[in-house]
Amino acid sequence: MVEAADQVFVALKQTAVGWFPAAGQPWVSALLTVAAILVVFPLLFALTTVVERKLLGRIQNRYGPNRVGPWGFLQFAADGIKSLTKEDVVPAAADRVVHFLAPLAMLVPVVLAFAVLPVGRNMVACDLDVGVLFFFAVGAGSELAVFMAGWSSRNKYALLGAMRAIAQMISYEVPLILSSLGVIVVVGSLSPVAIVEAQNQYTGWVPHWHVFTPWGLAAFLVFVIAAAAESNRSPFDLPEGESELVAGYFTEYSGFKFAIFFLAEYLGMFAIAGMGITLFLGGWTAPASFLTWVPSWCWFFLKLGVWVLVLIWVRGTVPRLRVDQLMNLAWKFLLPLAFAAFVAAGLWLFLPTATVRWGIAALLVAVPYVLLARGLTGAARRGKRVYRWAE
Amino acid sequence: MNAAWVILGLLTLAGAVCAMSLRNLVHCLLCLMASFLGLAGLYLALSATFVALTQVLVYLGAVSILIVFAILLTRGGATLGSGLTGTMSWTAGIGTALLVLGGLAGVVIWGPIAPTDAASDPTVRAIGERLMTAYVLPLEAMALLLTGALIGAVILAMPDREAAATRPEVREPPMANAGKPSVPGKDERGGEA
Repeated sequence: MVEAADQVFVALKQTAVGWFPAAGQPWVSALLTVAAILVVFPLLFALTTVVERKLLGRIQNRYGPNRVGPWGFLQFAADGIKSLTKEDVVPAAADRVVHFLAPLAMLVPVVLAFAVLPVGRNMVACDLDVGVLFFFAVGAGSELAVFMAGWSSRNKYALLGAMRAIAQMISYEVPLILSSLGVIVVVGSLSPVAIVEAQNQYTGWVPHWHVFTPWGLAAFLVFVIAAAAESNRSPFDLPEGESELVAGYFTEYSGFKFAIFFLAEYLGMFAIAGMGITLFLGGWTAPASFLTWVPSWCWFFLKLGVWVLVLIWVRGTVPRLRVDQLMNLAWKFLLPLAFAAFVAAGLWLFLPTATVRWGIAALLVAVPYVLLARGLTGAARRGKRVYRWAE
Repeated sequence: MNAAWVILGLLTLAGAVCAMSLRNLVHCLLCLMASFLGLAGLYLALSATFVALTQVLVYLGAVSILIVFAILLTRGGATLGSGLTGTMSWTAGIGTALLVLGGLAGVVIWGPIAPTDAASDPTVRAIGERLMTAYVLPLEAMALLLTGALIGAVILAMPDREAAATRPEVREPPMANAGKPSVPGKDERGGEA
């Protein structure tokens, strides 16, 4: 029963593939996998937009969308139909070919990234030996798409937004990849499936997730921050900065092309959160040994949901960074901390006894954290806090 | 010769030709990247997965952005240069291409070719082990070269301190960065972005 619930989608797919002649079976199998990815994650995107608007509304003391469907939960359908029926305006000065290609170049790599994410036991579209590298390689393609969108619009806000986005993505890609390096070294594999399997053990009822080790915790924090910046989420949404740049690199896009940018941004967020879950939060494994009867795919999507909710919460509460603060955070805090976590992970691999390696790894992570944080906030802030107007 | 080879080869060649012949520098860049993508596909068809993915990560992810900044920070993408019209540039280009082709063909034809057995799949682990044992010296030399280039770039980007001391400071807003030493190079970069 437990096994059947866990493998229900795998079994369904195998039954469906069995209906076709043997020659066509690989094609049908591939098509079904791709179709599943193309249905589940965009649907998740649609739900997330509604949940995000409602939650942000609650945080800002208002209702949020509440007119379409029960409690406003069909708002995404109304928005989708609206953007489909809108006029597609292309600026007269725009570079038409590049302007047309940019949304596609944005969406394709993001969808490709889902190919290597294991969303459940035996549920991965493409079990690549170098899956993590594949994930980051296709992710690198979206930077060029952002530039294509911003440059081809012939609009100074769009170009400024694109340049900001590129600088931000390039800067935060370094700590993002470095923070995942420790996991790869400790597991000894670049395959996401192997990384999840390595975390599928329990001491008592506590799972062996990488986030529960000192180096893993530090790397996870770096990964979360860099992932938010990489997917242009608040508080790192300077590329869109609506108070300064209208809408950033997709200012000149309307109708469904705009919707595609929106979709690509959210799918990118899901993909990078899924990779973070795979690397640090045990992928589809249960958070406690007595909960392993819950189907594995439930855990993956539950973790993804929590991650997205935290991002929405952060968006509702944290103000946007300035450009220099953004760069300082990436280069002076996240990058050295990621290096420290990497060194700690390397030592973790070679130190035999548990207490020694816990102590040394914790020290190697905590000391740089404190020092870097002090260096980042600056010497001026270290004195007693003075309230100028409140006394 | 299967379909994948033909398609990827055409993509690579067409991208390269367009990158050389188009007038707009940004268009050239995009075509060059299409060519690199085709090349990565060819590596993938040769089942050199690691090389293919590194090609995408380095060239599409980093080198393209480097060229973007180089184009946008210099004369702008819309400059109409003379292009490849002079006979000198044509002959020089063809000569260089033939030289490279000859060199590569010579190595392939007469060079010692390691015996390829089907069992030795070039996995990342195997590549890493070779890099850390047999080829550790070239790797370290490369790392040293890149570090040198990095430090050189930082020194070039650093503002001249003596010249800055004689000028009155105007750029810094009074409240921002209070008590924080300003970072040479970083502020300019943030400003551009």
